[in-house]
Amino acid sequence: MSAAIEIPYNSTERPDTGLYNAKLGVWLFLASEVMLFGALFSTYVLLRTGADTWPSGAQTLNVPLATFNTFILIGSSVTMVMSWASLQMKSFARFRLFLGLTLLCGLIFLVAKGFEYHEHIMKGELPSYSTFFAIYFVMTGLHGLHVIGGLIVNGYLWGPGAKMWRTDPARFTNRIEVAGLYWHFVDLVWIFLFPTLYLLPGK
Amino acid sequence: MSAHAAESAHKQTRIYRIIGAVLFAATGATVAAAEWHHLGITLGIFVAVFIATFKGSLVAGYFMHLFTERQAIHWVLMLTAFFFVAMIGLIMWTHRDQQGQPHGIFTTSPPAAQPHSE
Amino acid sequence: MSQTATIGYPEAHPHIDVPHHELSFWRKYIFSTDHKVIGIQYGLTALIFLFFGFCLMLLMRWQLAYPGKPLPLHFLTRWLGDTRMPGGIMAPEFYNQLGAMHGTIMIFLGVVPLAVGAFGNYLVPLQIGAQDMAFPKLNMSSYWVYFVGGVVMLCSFFVPGGSAQSGWTSYPPLAVINPTISHSLFTGQAMWLTGMVFLITSSLLGSINTITTIVQLRAKGLHWMRLPFFVWAQLVTGFLLLLAFPPLEAAGIMQLMDRLASTSFFLPSGLVVGGKALNVSGGGSALLWQHLFWFLAHPEVYVLILPAMGIVGEIIANNTRKPLWGYKSLVYSVIFLGFMSFIVWAHHMFLTGMGTTINAFFQTTTMIISIPSIIILTALILSLWGGSIRFTVPMLFALAFLPMFGIGGLTGLPLGLATADIQLHDTYYVIGHFHYVVAPGTLFALFAGIYYWFPKVTGRKMNDTLGKLHFWGSLIFMNGVFMPMFIMGLAGVSRRLYDGGASYLHAEHVLVLNKVMSHSAWALGVVQLIFIVNFFWALFAGQKVTNDNPWEATTLEWATPTPPPHGNFLKVPTVYRGPYEYSVPGARYGFLPQNQPEGA
Repeated sequence: MSAAIEIPYNSTERPDTGLYNAKLGVWLFLASEVMLFGALFSTYVLLRTGADTWPSGAQTLNVPLATFNTFILIGSSVTMVMSWASLQMKSFARFRLFLGLTLLCGLIFLVAKGFEYHEHIMKGELPSYSTFFAIYFVMTGLHGLHVIGGLIVNGYLWGPGAKMWRTDPARFTNRIEVAGLYWHFVDLVWIFLFPTLYLLPGK
Repeated sequence: MSAHAAESAHKQTRIYRIIGAVLFAATGATVAAAEWHHLGITLGIFVAVFIATFKGSLVAGYFMHLFTERQAIHWVLMLTAFFFVAMIGLIMWTHRDQQGQPHGIFTTSPPAAQPHSE
Repeated sequence: MSQTATIGYPEAHPHIDVPHHELSFWRKYIFSTDHKVIGIQYGLTALIFLFFGFCLMLLMRWQLAYPGKPLPLHFLTRWLGDTRMPGGIMAPEFYNQLGAMHGTIMIFLGVVPLAVGAFGNYLVPLQIGAQDMAFPKLNMSSYWVYFVGGVVMLCSFFVPGGSAQSGWTSYPPLAVINPTISHSLFTGQAMWLTGMVFLITSSLLGSINTITTIVQLRAKGLHWMRLPFFVWAQLVTGFLLLLAFPPLEAAGIMQLMDRLASTSFFLPSGLVVGGKALNVSGGGSALLWQHLFWFLAHPEVYVLILPAMGIVGEIIANNTRKPLWGYKSLVYSVIFLGFMSFIVWAHHMFLTGMGTTINAFFQTTTMIISIPSIIILTALILSLWGGSIRFTVPMLFALAFLPMFGIGGLTGLPLGLATADIQLHDTYYVIGHFHYVVAPGTLFALFAGIYYWFPKVTGRKMNDTLGKLHFWGSLIFMNGVFMPMFIMGLAGVSRRLYDGGASYLHAEHVLVLNKVMSHSAWALGVVQLIFIVNFFWALFAGQKVTNDNPWEATTLEWATPTPPPHGNFLKVPTVYRGPYEYSVPGARYGFLPQNQPEGA
C-alpha cells in the first residue's frame, strides 16, 4: 500500500522561485556555515585585540606551504566548476577528468596541511601553547574537516554516485552543481583564513 | 538544462579560466603586500581584508554564479551578511566599551603602569 | 488504495510508476522518511524528555522547600546512591546537576523538538499541500541525530562526577574546571558539549528542510499571504535555528578544546584553582563564551515561543469561527521579531562590565523587540472580539496562553532595562519571567496543539472531561509555582542557590514561598498524570472521529483522510483562498476550506 512519493522540483526549477530544491538547501546550509566560521573569526579578533602581544604568521607559521595550498585550493575550485560545465556540455568523460583533478587537489591540500601540523607538533606548538595556536588549529582544523567532507561527497559523486548520469542526467548535473557550491565555499573560507592567520602583522 | 545552456556553458569555461588566473595573481599580490612592512598594522589588515574580499567576490560571483543567481538567494545571503557583521561588530564594540580597566577582563592581574598599544 | 499523485505545475516530472511494495517494519516505523512518522517520533521522544526534565525539577524542589532534610522517598534515595543523596539529603553538586540538566533537557530535548520537530514536521507539509518535506532522508537523519544527542545527554548522569553542573549556560571558567579539571571525554560537561554538537546539527538539518519545504513545495494557489500563521511562524523559526545556532556550535567546540586539549579560549591569564595556578597559556576571554552562547540563546527563546504563537493562532481562528484579526500585522511582526532577535543578546550580559553606550544599544533593541511581540499578542486577543467562541479543550489552553504569555512578556521589560536589571539579574525574578513564557506560555500552546490535532493524527478524540481537569489543574498550579518567584526575586533571592536562600538574612521573610512553590509543583505533577492517562487511553480506546474534519477547520491538513496516508492527499490540492474563511455568508457549512473550489 505504500507508493513512491515524487517530490517536485528536484531536477527542474519551480517557476516562481526559479530554484530547484537542493540549490536552496545548499545555500541555506552555506549561510549557516558563514555564521559558524564567523564565530571563529569573531574569536580571532577578540583574542587578538585582548592580547598584549600576538605573533605574526610570518614568524610562526609556514607561509610558503600555505601559499602553495592556496594555489592548490583555488585551482581545485576552477576544476570543480569545469566539471559542472562539462556535464552541461554533455561530456561525461571531461566531467570525470575535472572532478578527479578536484579530488587530487583536495588530497594534496590535506597532505600539505598534515605536514604543517606535524611540524608544529614536533616543535611543541600545540593548541595549548598559546591562544594564537589554539585559534590556528581550530580554524584550520575545522576547515580541514570541511575539506574531508567535500572529498567524501565528491568521491562518491565521482564513483558510485555517477550512475545517476545515465538514469537522470538533469538531477545528476544539479547534484554536481550543489557539490560545487559547497566546494567553492570551502575555498572561500580559506581565502579569508589564509591572510588572517598567515599574513597579518603581529603586535 | 537545455541545448542553449550547453553553449553558454562553453563560453563560461573561458571565463572560469580567466577568473582562476586573476585569483592566482591576487594571491600573489596578497603575499607580496604582506611582505611590505611599511604599511603598519591597521593599513596592513585593511589591505589583506580588501584583497580577500575581492577574491571572495570572484569565487562567489562567478564560480558560485551568485551574480546571476535568483533574488531569493541574494536575500538569504544579505541577511546572513548583516548578522555576520552584527555579531563581530557588536562583540568588538562591547570589548571597546568596557567599564574601567583598559584590558577589560581578559587578565586577572591589574594592568601594569607602562603604556601599551590598546 | 494507490496514492498516485500528479503535481500541479506542468514543468515538473510526471509520476514515475514503481511497483507498489510493502515496506519492512524497520523502514516503515523506525527508519521512516515519511514526515508524519518522523513527526510522531519527535513528539513521543520529546514528551518523554519533557517528563524526565520535569521530574528533575520536582526533585530539586524538595531541597528548596526543605533544605538539608532527607527525602522521604527511600526507594529513590537508595537508587540515587550516597554520592548524590548522602543520607537521603541532596548533595550540593547533585543539586547543581539537576539544575543544569533540567534547563538543558527542557529546552533542547523537550520543547524545541516538540514544537519544531514534531508539530513542524507533521503539519507544515500538510498545511502547504505537499506530499512530504523537501528532503525526506535528511529529515530522518535529523531525528536520529537528535536521538543520539539525547542519549549522550542522559548518559552524562552516569559518569564519575555526574552530569554538567554549571548551569544550562555553561559559563567558563567554572564550566571548564567543574567538578575537577579532567581531559576525559567522559565527564558530564564534555558529554554536554558533545550532546549539544549533535543537537545543533540536528536542528540545522531540520531548519534547512523546513525553509526549503515552505518556499518550494507550496501547493498551487498558496501565495505567501494565504499561508496559515502557523507556517509563517515555522518559517521564521527555521531561519532563527539556521543562523543563530552555528556560533554556539563553534563555542562548544572551543570549550571542548579548553577541557580536553588545555587550550585557553575562555580562560583568562592568572587563574588560580584550588590554591594552584592553572597550567594553561591563559589569554582567553570568559566573556567570549557569553557572547557566542547568548548569540544563539536569545534567538532560541523565540524558537521556543514562535511555534506556540502559531498554534494558538490556528486554534483561536478555528474556535471563534472568524479570521484572525490583523493577519498582515501578524506576518510582518513575526518577521521583524525574528530579525530583531539577533541583535538583542547582550541584555543577558548587562552586569558583565559592559560600558554604558553598548548597554544603551542593547537596551534599545530589546525595548524595540517588545513591540512586535505586543502586536502579535494584541492581534490574537482582538481576534476574540465578536467571535462565536467554542470552549473546547484546545481553546481553553489557547485562551490561557494569552494572559500567561502577557505576564511573561511584561515581566521581561524590567529585565531589558539595564538599570532595573542591576537589581533583578540572576534572581528568582528572571526564573519567574522565563518560566511564565515557556510553561503556561509555550507548553500550554503545545498541549492545545496536542488536543487539537490528536483526532487527525490518530482518528480518535481525547477525553474532554479529563482534558478540562488537566487544564484547570495545570493553570492553577503553574501560577502557584511561578508567581511567587517574582516576589522572591524582588526580595533579592539569587537563583541557583542550593538552599533556596535559607542562609541569607534578606530572604528570611519570603522563604515560606519555597514551600508554596514546591507543593504547587508536586500538585502540578499529579495533574499531568491525568494528561498522560488521557493520552494513552485515547490512543487505544478513545472515541473514534466519524469525520475527517471534526473541528470544522479551513486549513489543508484537515483535507486529508484520517490519519493521512503516505503522500498525504488523495488529490494534490489547489488553494483558492486565505486560511481563515470562517462564517462566510452563503457557504454550505458556514466556512470555506482553503482547497474548496469557488462556488462549490
